[in-house]
Amino acid sequence: MTAAASTPVDYAKAPVNARLTSEEKISLLHEMVRIRRFEQTALKFYSQGKMGGFLHLYIGQESIAVGTVSLLGDDDHVITAYRDHGHALASGMGMNECMAELYGKATGCSRGKGGSMHFFAPDKNYWGGHGIVGGQTPLGLGLAYGIKYKGLKGASLCFLGDGAVNQGCFYECLNMASLFDLPAIYIIENNKYSMGTSQDRSSVVDKCLAQRGEAFGIEWEQADGEDVYEVRATTQKALDRAHNESRPTVIEFDTYRYYGHSVADAKHKGGYRKAEEIEKYKNEHDPIRIFKNRLVAEKVLNEEQYEAIDAKLKAEANESAQFADESAPPTVESIFEDVYYEVDHKTEAGKTGRFFFSD
Amino acid sequence: MALIEYRDALNQAFAEEIERDPNVVLIGEEVAQYDGAYKVTRGLWKRFGDKRVVDTPISEAAFIGMGVGAAMLGLRPVIELMFWSFSTVAYDQIVNNAGQIRYMSGGLINCPIVIRGPANGGTNVGATHSHTPENWLAAIPGLKVVCPATAYDAKGLMKSSIRDNDPVMFMENTLLYGERGEVPEEEYLIPLGLADVKREGSDVSLIAHGRSALLALKAAEILEAEHKINAEVVDLRSIRPLDQDAVLNSVRKTHRAVLVDECKAFCGVSSQISTILMENVFDELDAPVKRVGSLDAPAIYSPAVEPLQLPTPQRIVAKVLEIC
Repeated sequence: MTAAASTPVDYAKAPVNARLTSEEKISLLHEMVRIRRFEQTALKFYSQGKMGGFLHLYIGQESIAVGTVSLLGDDDHVITAYRDHGHALASGMGMNECMAELYGKATGCSRGKGGSMHFFAPDKNYWGGHGIVGGQTPLGLGLAYGIKYKGLKGASLCFLGDGAVNQGCFYECLNMASLFDLPAIYIIENNKYSMGTSQDRSSVVDKCLAQRGEAFGIEWEQADGEDVYEVRATTQKALDRAHNESRPTVIEFDTYRYYGHSVADAKHKGGYRKAEEIEKYKNEHDPIRIFKNRLVAEKVLNEEQYEAIDAKLKAEANESAQFADESAPPTVESIFEDVYYEVDHKTEAGKTGRFFFSD
Repeated sequence: MALIEYRDALNQAFAEEIERDPNVVLIGEEVAQYDGAYKVTRGLWKRFGDKRVVDTPISEAAFIGMGVGAAMLGLRPVIELMFWSFSTVAYDQIVNNAGQIRYMSGGLINCPIVIRGPANGGTNVGATHSHTPENWLAAIPGLKVVCPATAYDAKGLMKSSIRDNDPVMFMENTLLYGERGEVPEEEYLIPLGLADVKREGSDVSLIAHGRSALLALKAAEILEAEHKINAEVVDLRSIRPLDQDAVLNSVRKTHRAVLVDECKAFCGVSSQISTILMENVFDELDAPVKRVGSLDAPAIYSPAVEPLQLPTPQRIVAKVLEIC
C-alpha cells in the first residue's frame, strides 16, 4: 500500500509494458489522441449550440482511461461517472455513435436518450456513463458480484472522481467489496477539484484519498496518472489481485482536467484555479505529449507519423460531427420506447395492464 | 388446496424460482442465517446455501445498487428491504439506477431485479417505519409496483416478478404475513397488470390494493348485512402496470366508486384512479368518486390511535353511505 513514489521509476520496464509491441504502443497513443480530438470537436460544436445539456470534458486525463482499459480481457468490465467520453471511446465505442448521442440524435449510442453523461456499450463491457456523483459505485460492486457469482475470472473497474469519495455509498461499497471478496477495482481519478471546490476544501487527507481503502482492509495505491506506462503497471497489479485472489483494490491516479467541471463552468480559469496552474499542467504534465515524446525517444514513432495519426483522428472527429448533424432526431413516439423491456418486446407481460399515463 | 401463511406463500415462490433459475439470488439484511426478520425466507439458506441466499450489512444503497449492477450482467437478484421505509436511503439506486438504466441506455441494458419487503403502517413503529411508498415509486416510469393482498396473490405475483425483465418493486405487509390463504399445490403464475375482482357486487365499486382490499371485503360484508348495499371489491394487485379495464368495467356496472388504500390520498394511488374514472366514465357515474386513505399526517405511534389513522371497514362503510 503506497502513496506516489518519491523516486522516479521507469514504468516502461514493468512486465506489462515491456512486452508491448511498437504497434501496441502506438495504439495507446492513438486512443489518447482519439479521445482528445473527439472532445475538442465536441466542444467546438457545443459552443455553436449543436447540443444541449452538460459537456464534461476529459481532456488532460486520457492516459487513465486508455491505460487501464488497454489491459482488460473478455470478463473485465468498466463503469464510470458523468465524465465518460474517454472511458467509452477507450472501451472501443465509435466516434459516430458517441457524437450523435451528444447531438441528441436517434443514431446515438443511447438513441438520443442519455446524452453526454450516459454513454453505454454493454457489448464492449462498458456500462456507462452515470450522472449522479458516486451513484455508480454500487453498480460497480454489482458487476464484480456478478462476475464472481458466474465463476468468471474477471474484474470490475469502477471509476470515480475525487469529489465522489465523499459520498456515503462509496464506503458501503468498500466494506462490501472487502467483506464479500469481490474483484472490484475502484479507480479514483483525482483531478483535484470537485467542481469548484479544491481537495483542500472538500476532503480530509492523510496520505491520499485511496488510503481510505485501508479502513476496509483493501489494498490501495496512489500513482501518477500522466504516464500511461505507470497507469498500466499500477492497474495490472490490481487486476492480478482481482483475477487471482478475488480481492478489491482502490487506486488513485493524480491527474488534471484542462477545462472546467463542465463547459458551463466559467469560473474554472482564474476563478477557483489560477490560469498559471492550468498552463503548467498543459505544458509539463500533458499525458499525450509525454507519451508521444516517450515513443519518439524509444524510436517507435517519429513526428511525421504522429502528425499523420493526429490528422486522421481530427478528420474522423469532424466526420463524426457531420454524421451527427445529418442524423435524424428520435421521434416523439420513441419517448415511450426503452422504458420497459416487456413492452418493447411485446411479450404477454408487456401487453397486460396499462404502463403509461400521459393523459 | 393447502391453507398457508402469506409469508410461506412467498417462501415457496422463492424456493421454486431458485430451483428453476440458477441466476436467482436472494439478498438482504438477515435473510439467510437469521431466517428473515419476518421469517419470510426461513429455511432457504439451510436449503440452498451461501451462494443463493446472502446476508448483507446494513447498507441498503450498496446492496440494492449491487443488485442492479448484478442484474445488468444477467443475474436475477431478489433484494429484501427489512422495511420499504428504508428505501429512502437507497432512493438513488432504485429511482436513478434501477428505474432509468434501460431508458438512458436506449434499451441496451435490462434490469431484472425484484426489490421486496413490507410497506405498511399499523404496527406502532412510528412514522419513519410506516411508509407506503407504492405511489412514490409507481410515479417513476421504468419501475413496476406490485402490492399483493393474499397468500395466493403473493406467490403468483412474486413468481411473475422474478421472471419479469424489468425492475419490480414488490410491497408486502407485516400485518398480512401471518394471514392464511389457499394456495394450490401445482405451479401457477399471476401476471402483473391484472386486477382481481375479489367480490362481485352491483351497487358500488370499492377499488383497493394490498391490505386495504381485505378491509374493503370486510366493509362489503357490513354494507350487505346492515345496509343492503351490494359492494364490488376490485383488488388492483399491481399499481404499475395498472389494470385500468377492470376498474372501468366495475364502475360501468355499479356507477359508484369509493377508492380505498393506505396511501395518503394527496397525490396517492387513488388520485390517479380518480382521474382515470373522470376521464373515462364520467357519464356513467351517479355520484362523486370518494376516497378512503390514511389520515393525512405522519404515522402516529400511539397504539390506541394508529389503527384509526389507517383505513378501517367502518370508515369505508361511512364513505359508501355518503353516496349510496
